[in-house]
Amino acid sequence: MNEQPLERTTPERGTEGASPRRRGLAGWADPRGRRLGGLAFILNRLTGLGVLLYLSFHLVVLSLLARGPSAWDGFVSIAGSPLFLAFDVVLVFGLLFHGLNGIRVTLVGFGLVVERQRAMFVALMIVGAIALAVAAVRIFTAG
Amino acid sequence: MNAQLDPAHDTHATADTGVRVRFRVYRYKAGDRAGHFDEFSLEVAPETTVLDALVAIRTRLDPSLVLRHSCFHASCGTCGMRVNDTEVMACVTKILDLGSATVKVEPIANGALLGDLATDMVDFYARLAAIGRPLIRESEWLPSSIVPEGIEAYNRFESCIECGLCTSACPIVATDPRYIGPAALAAACRAVEEPRGLDPGAIMGLVDDQQGAWRCHAAFECTEACPSAVDPAGAIMALRRRAASGRLRSLIGGRHA
Repeated sequence: MNEQPLERTTPERGTEGASPRRRGLAGWADPRGRRLGGLAFILNRLTGLGVLLYLSFHLVVLSLLARGPSAWDGFVSIAGSPLFLAFDVVLVFGLLFHGLNGIRVTLVGFGLVVERQRAMFVALMIVGAIALAVAAVRIFTAG
Repeated sequence: MNAQLDPAHDTHATADTGVRVRFRVYRYKAGDRAGHFDEFSLEVAPETTVLDALVAIRTRLDPSLVLRHSCFHASCGTCGMRVNDTEVMACVTKILDLGSATVKVEPIANGALLGDLATDMVDFYARLAAIGRPLIRESEWLPSSIVPEGIEAYNRFESCIECGLCTSACPIVATDPRYIGPAALAAACRAVEEPRGLDPGAIMGLVDDQQGAWRCHAAFECTEACPSAVDPAGAIMALRRRAASGRLRSLIGGRHA
């Protein structure tokens, strides 16, 4: 049993105490115990990072055009594989979620429809799910 | 550490329900390099709250357990904690309602610890004080008082019990100590909309800032965590609307609110 008297660990505002409980990365990335808005926030960040990665990859792929037809044709041959098409579906999911949730965040962020933001999120996600399903079918069935 | 409570001698947390719950309680003492969890086993009744159990643990098993509480009915705001990763008032959270055989109890996050489950609230209060911490005087609610028209719209901001659950749940406070935080912004909204002698312009100067209302990312965790229905997220969005409309007016030649 620890018998030492209690001491303040953060004497002044703005200074780091000996035992800061600021959760850092876990504070936003840990989904445990989070509610709908918190989960949407986490997913929004992750899809944002994913889209950023995709754009980087996209630029790298486009640079293949500068290397001539053989390099481009080589990429196109693997772009039609089922695994690659599955990545396309994941990409569409990321774009849809980030874009549709972004509509909610933008409207709410300017004080609009704040009281209905949860219903708006659900409605937007329903729209997104339908669009994702259509896109997935198109991705896997289009010639 | 494992320990067991004798149900026959406890007045708070036990009953003959046969429901035994394991508690993993966060421990930290000043000078420790890091916190850890101690485990306790209690038999609990349907009405047993998390605070009941913690008081029983401290009374019967480990008097070194540090926790803060007072009213036992979610009015004083002192027993806010993270229970199974969610911010709650321990005094009104029934253990069996959690539906978990193991209950993890931690102090509220994003502040410094005094010890175990007690968090240093100085920073939290300082942020409220910077806003002016508006309060409605009790005299204004006496039957003979003249209550300002429309005051009901602002009443919810008076319900803040300063428990800190909103700042604990906020994912932005978790990563950026410069952010004013949801509690102070809710107080700011109240002060701006109904100043009572405070300077709304000065408060908007604090709020209309990248570390003010614009730092929020609309996760609404603060509103979900609030035990008093203050709706800090709604207040933050109202402040944003006010700030944006003020800037728009100033752009077209009007006066900034």
